[in-house]
Amino acid sequence: MSIDGQSVNGPEAPAASRAASSAHAVRRAVVVGGNRIPFARTGGAYTKSSNQDMLTAALDGLIARFGLQDERIGEVAAGAVLKHSRDFNLTREAVLGSALSAETPAYDLQQACATGLETVLGLANKIKLGQIDSAIAGGVDSASDAPIAVSEGLREVLLDLSRAKTLPQRLQILARLRPKDLAPDAPNTGEPRTGLSMGEHQALTTAQWKITREAQDELAYNSHRNLAAAYDAGFFDDLLTPYRGLTRDSNLRADTSLDKLASLKPVFGRNLGSQATMTAGNSTPLTDGASTVLLASEEWADQHDLPKLATILDGVAAAVDFVHGKDGLLMAPAFAVPRLLARNGLTLDDIDYFEIHEAFAGTVLSTLAAWEDEEFGRTRLGLEGAFGKVDRSRLNVNGSSLAAGHPFAATGGRIVASLAKMLHEKGAPDGRPALGLISICAAGGQGVVALLEAQ
Amino acid sequence: MTDTYTRMVSKGLGRDVAKKLGLPQPALLRRHEPGQPLVNGPLLVVGSSAGADALAADLLAWDLDVRRHAVPREKLGGIVLVLDDLEKPGDLEEPVLRAAPSLRDLAPNGRVLTVSRVPDGGTPAAAAARQGVDGLLRSLAKELRAGATGNGILLADGVSATAPGALGALGFFLSARSAFVDGQFVRVGSSDGRLPDDVDTPLAGKVAVVTGAARGIGAAIARTLHRDGATVVAVDIPAAGDHLAEVANDVRGTALQLDISREDAGARIIDHAVGRHGRLDIVVHNAGITRDKLLVNMDHTRWSSVIDVNIAAQLRINDVLLASEHFRSSPRIVSVASTSGIAGNRGQTNYAASKGGVMGMVRATAPLLARHGGSINAVAPGFIETEMTARIPFATREIARRLNSLQQGGRPQDVAEAIAFLASDAAGGISGEVLRVCGQNMVGA
Repeated sequence: MSIDGQSVNGPEAPAASRAASSAHAVRRAVVVGGNRIPFARTGGAYTKSSNQDMLTAALDGLIARFGLQDERIGEVAAGAVLKHSRDFNLTREAVLGSALSAETPAYDLQQACATGLETVLGLANKIKLGQIDSAIAGGVDSASDAPIAVSEGLREVLLDLSRAKTLPQRLQILARLRPKDLAPDAPNTGEPRTGLSMGEHQALTTAQWKITREAQDELAYNSHRNLAAAYDAGFFDDLLTPYRGLTRDSNLRADTSLDKLASLKPVFGRNLGSQATMTAGNSTPLTDGASTVLLASEEWADQHDLPKLATILDGVAAAVDFVHGKDGLLMAPAFAVPRLLARNGLTLDDIDYFEIHEAFAGTVLSTLAAWEDEEFGRTRLGLEGAFGKVDRSRLNVNGSSLAAGHPFAATGGRIVASLAKMLHEKGAPDGRPALGLISICAAGGQGVVALLEAQ
Repeated sequence: MTDTYTRMVSKGLGRDVAKKLGLPQPALLRRHEPGQPLVNGPLLVVGSSAGADALAADLLAWDLDVRRHAVPREKLGGIVLVLDDLEKPGDLEEPVLRAAPSLRDLAPNGRVLTVSRVPDGGTPAAAAARQGVDGLLRSLAKELRAGATGNGILLADGVSATAPGALGALGFFLSARSAFVDGQFVRVGSSDGRLPDDVDTPLAGKVAVVTGAARGIGAAIARTLHRDGATVVAVDIPAAGDHLAEVANDVRGTALQLDISREDAGARIIDHAVGRHGRLDIVVHNAGITRDKLLVNMDHTRWSSVIDVNIAAQLRINDVLLASEHFRSSPRIVSVASTSGIAGNRGQTNYAASKGGVMGMVRATAPLLARHGGSINAVAPGFIETEMTARIPFATREIARRLNSLQQGGRPQDVAEAIAFLASDAAGGISGEVLRVCGQNMVGA
């Protein structure tokens, strides 16, 4: 037990075998498959596509792949981080525009970059409890078609105007307008409580954990190389449907090199001087895209002659106090993963594939460094020593966000579908089903992690 | 889909002007819609053989208005000339000339059919008479107007005029499904096959795989097979996945993003069809590419990619199908060939070689499928109005489109109808054949 409440073992869950965890007291929720559209760099192929367009396209591709036309799915949940106010019912509208039965209910969910993974976990829980038999989880984001709000001053004037009854009243209200009120209010990734952008936050964490520029560039290089190889091997043939002329993620640079990455100038943490290591090459770009995952009970999958790739075993959400600088903004998974593994009686060595979302190369490497750190293990995780070491040959083996891009809410679905396929192909190498771990950091100092098992 | 010129000259002032100037007057062709009558009026069955009588009786049983003698000035939906007992060329005259005056009474989009025997058997005199039907029918088809077509059924020795394959072909040729098939013969080689329980859904219960299904002719094939009752697996390369998903959702089937030139394509097609839909009955090899270049300028990539996708991939997939226990219940393979492979086309040596290859493959594979009651055939489209042909320069396109007996281009649906027929149980007795869907193109027989 640790002194600050971030302990691995919650009061409700002593380290026990997985068989004793809640995930097995109920029926299984399996990943049938997934579909996403290629991710596009902002201002590229999807500039004119709305969140609803992209989510509908991703849904229709999933429906075509699994023959779900006119099917009444138990529930569809998806979300977007950057959302227009008109999209209050985004997911339901996308369902109505798709080939699914119009009797399929849907809801929107929003948990920053963890949105996609949280839709998977929430729906999987409903399936496990028997509330629904099938579900589609998803997420979408467009930084190109981002909502732009009017300034707070103009908004107040407009609302007051709508309530005014007489012309003099209206003129009086209009007179309150100042030129600065006319400037639009574009969304940004800054943290409201610190004023720092996500990149600047990570730059602090990266420096704190002494992550080198070379290590970050190498991680970015591997991401591109692994993703390109996966495309060439046809890995995405049944995970992706082209959209608007794109057949691959437009951020992917199959021909990038360590030299090229080394030549880029730092863009975050420039005030750190020589410790400034984060470039456009080892940070994810703003991206547009959508992803979906088909989940089901085993019975439903069997009845529909559909594959069962992997089981959603368990998930944990965590948060850190980044506001007071106790932990880095994106470090919540460093706490969530130890809790998740402990309550399932597992260690890092038991995991066959690690999918650690590459918000920044520095995020992944800081997390790994924290886990390898004795001090962090003892004082923050309440362990005897370091939490453990991730076998790098099992990390993001088919590329991750640095190469694919990161349309915030769509990343969870991308990772779940890919990992489920990898686990299914791996099967049960030593007589026990292969295990996969997903870790996604999110704005607000949050993180959601999940454990999947090969079917 | 009907070209502007055809629309312009099919009525009113345009029609009168075109007639005065002697310009081509393509007709608006009648196309199949579920529930419509088989033919546009009574059917005149000419011929005095036992086969003619049996055929007339079967057609009566289809609730058709069958005449054995022409009623003067009565508009006819079709004329069936049963010539299955010809002994010598002189035998042609009586039935042919008896039917001749009735050609005047043929309704627009009417049908003329001959039913005769394959010319490769019998005495020299019988062979001459049988082969004579070929020249007769092809010439007659060129004389027909107003969307009327002429086609022939060739019966192998020992196959009766009322064999399922013969009746199936008769139904296809009489119907609007054969709108753009003109001047063609189909051989019925055996008495295999079975007529459908419901003529509107002849493919009910079948699972069909269509390659190259994302657009054009492939998409039309998927839609037509679905309309006829089949569950469709739509296959195309991953890069065409968006259009493929649209087609798959339209036909309530599944999309399989797969490059058919991959080594494991056959296995993946079988796995998907059997895994998701429980069986595999029909495979339509439609996927194909063109990489046109005069032979003098041809390079390795252009040549080999066309050969690999258009014929080598089909051969590889067929090998897997033939070896599979899942493709044993009256299986059907239909390949898309091309009139380029028959008549040749400047700039298409590679493409024509691949499509010629398809026809050779079909002929040689037929005996291999026969042991499981299966069949394999090819359909050779002529000028079809697609996105691809829309890119041909205007003058060339206009000439290509008018140079056939129907003086217009066909539609993707026309090719699809022929494929749906050959994929049906009724076509069981037809195998190793190439059926042209070209409006009797003047080029290349």
